[in-house]
Amino acid sequence: MSLTALSACDLLAKLDASEVTSAEVTGAFLDRIEAHDGRIGAFLRVDAEAALAQAAAIDQKRKAGNPVGRLGGLPVAVKDLLATEGEVTTCGSRILENFRPPYNATVIEKIRAADGVILGKTNMDEFAMGGSTENSAYQLTRNPWDTTRIPGGSSGGAAAAVAAGMAPLSVGSDTGGSIRAPAGWCGITGLKPTYGRVSRYGLVAFASSLDQIGPLAQTVPDTALLLEVLAGHDPKDSTSVNLPVPRYAETVNQPLKGLRLGIVPEHFGEGLDGEVEKAVREAVAVYESLGATVREVSMPHSKYTVATYYIIAPCEASSNLARYDGVHYGYRTDVKQVAADLEAERKKYEDAGDAAAVENLDSVLVRMYRKTRSEGFGPEVKRRIMLGTYALSAGYYNAYYLKALKVRRLIRQDFDRAFQQVDVIAGPVTPTAAYPIGDKVDDPLAMYLCDLYTATTNLAGIAALSIPCGFSSEGLPIGLHLQAPPFEEERLLRGAAMFQRATDWHLKRPDLGGE
Amino acid sequence: MSKPYEIIIGLEVHVQLLTESKLFCGCSTKFGAAPNTQTCAVCTGTPGALPVMNREAYRLAVKAALGLNCQIATFTKWDRKSYYYPDLPKGYQISQYDQPLSYDGYLDILDPENEEQTRRIGIIRAHLEEDAGKSMHDEVAGKADSRIDLNRTGTPLLEIVSQPDMRSPAEAKNYLTELKLLLNYLNVSDCNMQEGSLRVDANINLHIDTPGGKVATPIVEVKNMNSFRAVERALAYEAERQWEVWQETRQKLGDVPKQTRGWDEGAQITRGQRSKEESSDYRYFPDPDLVPVTMTEEAIEEIRRSLGELPARLRERLVEEYGITAYDSDVLVNQGRSLVDYFVTVADRCGDGKTAANWIQQSVLRTLNEGQIGIDRFPVSAEALADLIKAVLAGKMETSRGREVLARMTETGETAAEAMKGLGIAAVDESELEALCAELLAANPKVVEDVKQGKLKAAASLIGQAKKKNPNVNATRVREICLQLIEQM
Ligand SMILES: [Zn+2]
Repeated sequence: MSLTALSACDLLAKLDASEVTSAEVTGAFLDRIEAHDGRIGAFLRVDAEAALAQAAAIDQKRKAGNPVGRLGGLPVAVKDLLATEGEVTTCGSRILENFRPPYNATVIEKIRAADGVILGKTNMDEFAMGGSTENSAYQLTRNPWDTTRIPGGSSGGAAAAVAAGMAPLSVGSDTGGSIRAPAGWCGITGLKPTYGRVSRYGLVAFASSLDQIGPLAQTVPDTALLLEVLAGHDPKDSTSVNLPVPRYAETVNQPLKGLRLGIVPEHFGEGLDGEVEKAVREAVAVYESLGATVREVSMPHSKYTVATYYIIAPCEASSNLARYDGVHYGYRTDVKQVAADLEAERKKYEDAGDAAAVENLDSVLVRMYRKTRSEGFGPEVKRRIMLGTYALSAGYYNAYYLKALKVRRLIRQDFDRAFQQVDVIAGPVTPTAAYPIGDKVDDPLAMYLCDLYTATTNLAGIAALSIPCGFSSEGLPIGLHLQAPPFEEERLLRGAAMFQRATDWHLKRPDLGGE
Repeated sequence: MSKPYEIIIGLEVHVQLLTESKLFCGCSTKFGAAPNTQTCAVCTGTPGALPVMNREAYRLAVKAALGLNCQIATFTKWDRKSYYYPDLPKGYQISQYDQPLSYDGYLDILDPENEEQTRRIGIIRAHLEEDAGKSMHDEVAGKADSRIDLNRTGTPLLEIVSQPDMRSPAEAKNYLTELKLLLNYLNVSDCNMQEGSLRVDANINLHIDTPGGKVATPIVEVKNMNSFRAVERALAYEAERQWEVWQETRQKLGDVPKQTRGWDEGAQITRGQRSKEESSDYRYFPDPDLVPVTMTEEAIEEIRRSLGELPARLRERLVEEYGITAYDSDVLVNQGRSLVDYFVTVADRCGDGKTAANWIQQSVLRTLNEGQIGIDRFPVSAEALADLIKAVLAGKMETSRGREVLARMTETGETAAEAMKGLGIAAVDESELEALCAELLAANPKVVEDVKQGKLKAAASLIGQAKKKNPNVNATRVREICLQLIEQM
């Protein structure tokens, strides 16, 4: 069996037993990237030299008998919105084309400290806005199961890299489903931790109150291992919570006795594809066969999820993205051209004797802002900036933003009530299997509706993950969504591992050809 | 002739707090460093960087608010105020919008109409926010690049908003003077307008008596005032201007949008700013990167206990305990805490508050003003000055002679005793003095004759001569002895 087909935990065992070196493992994944990523497009940048150097240093450490970090030389792919010091970090946007952060994100520091080898930066929807990775300013990422289809998004590169065996571990971010939806569509495991569990310091913000960094991997134990490294309090992030981090990787294989599983009837209504519903119901039956009790829990406000999410997220985004103005870093339009255009216009109005128009001309600065932003941002980002700017404007704030915050509280209360009756809530992660590339590009609303099941987790700030639970008749993976109360990642992982021990959906691999 | 209107003024004052580091990052707040050397990922708005609140800044803000007799909120949050400007790297300023950390306070100021009285000016709110950077524009707009210095970005600013309770430009000036004094006493801000650590915007309009009742003119916001004097002048100018506009246009409050005008120090006038630059929707919303701040009653009380004695109370106490006049007390207190400490030490040691106050006002303050220095750099210690005053009070020398001694002490740093010795000051004993007077009378028969005829003033010339022969003689005593001797003649 080739190294790239092994799970992260199996690779780690081999590394710890000195059966393989980190350099060999890293090299194997780099070779696989070399062989297949031209077609998949998961990575925006791969730094083979740096990865091999880091791997060699870890091997040296191990050989010398020095303690090795938790990741022991395992390669990790990183979504391109995590700041890496001195290295290009684009967030999938033209506006950050040449941006090199002067610092490392906290999770990057943690991965390095744990001896994770950073392979490269993965593709994503621009500023994590989107559900298909089609909004990347740089390239398409294709679903390894069917390269005519989307991998999901926004962490599409992160999910495709793991599904294609190009990385054993991957770090993504999830604002409304951006880890779980691509994990579901690519047939892998992806976890969105509780808000505050993982430091956001160095995560280029989309919607600060919803963003959360999380792990993607082939299996639940692999996911547990990476979460253990990522999680923990960070004094540099005021919203990070000061709670001890459980040893997820150690407890992950302990089954949950007397598990009470909840099903939300509202999640099995209109819009849910029949094959997806069937796979999810069969997954629930698997749990029952493992001794879990199943009951329905109502989430009366879940129908407002998409509306609420698409107010709050764009509002925060419009503010978070105000900094990309071409003044301090990133893309700036040709200012000389802007000044020349202004002079030409001024002259035109002066010649026409139109004093009012001359008076009304915007300054070079204002024009520079406008042109930089209109050239630097893609259409989906612009759409959300406009939505958010509008909703936060005087006169609309109460009707939109404030109202959305109230609904958000009600959604959280739905969960609080539900979790008094059940331990974990199960359901579909997306309404359908992966759709063809280009299918929803002209219909943003249809794309937004894909966030129906996942965005509610972010609004409530709780923990959730996606694991594979079947395939469609077209051979596309289907994901099972599991949600747990805040800071119950351990319960979530143990519950998900139970399922994976009883099934083999997570062991299926796409055939990339050329093996 | 008094004008048929009342001037209504409210002030918005921004002061930088005296913290070592910025409000949301660890960068230094020191003034005067080379541009962009006191910046980091957080205060430059680098993508991914996050703010963390500086507790010390919050404590200083609460301290200032307590000094302003404000209510302190036990729960506040941070809001983003959005606007585009090159010196605002995030595209928003972190501020407090609808839940300021303090509200409903007041500041008692000297009534310019009657210095014996005070006027109470309401404080609507005082809240914390981060400062922006500085833009340096080339003189010829558009012809050269503007430069941005982000050293100031993120420095904690306390915005103090008064009620529109001031009724004259002089009151506005007194308010600023008292506010600055208070903040100096609290050691929360150095309030240096030149360095930009205190900035003032004013809102002003007129309430005009008309046959139909009182009418308010449109409110104008005045900016760009760089000294307290400039504030006073700008407001006086603006009141007059509004009066003239009223007479021409009869525009009332609400008839036109609120206008912003800038004070032109060179031309001594206010100028309207482009309406395009002033109309803004700041799109406030709670900053999701920061958690709300809670203050317990105990924490508030602890800060209250750290306030120390504030100017208003101190003025009263100096009058009560040292028997000085309200005027003297005011002069001393207005010089700041360290001068008051100096005075108290001198007064306690020499045992005479009034005399101590006189010496400090007439000699010490003059030296400080001439040298543009603070009491901390005055070379004569409070103890040394007290010893000198004691010697004068004991009659060892005259007051005028004493001032010479102080001048020497100031110059050389000597103690009172050393300086007196250096100037050859020694007490002249009675027999010596009598011999000197007899000698003078013998030499001035004309004076003796005049005095005998009742022209007592003539004796004055004898005193001058006596001082020439021996500078240590006591003038009063010389006069007394001379008159005695003439009587006996
Ligand atoms: Zn800083």
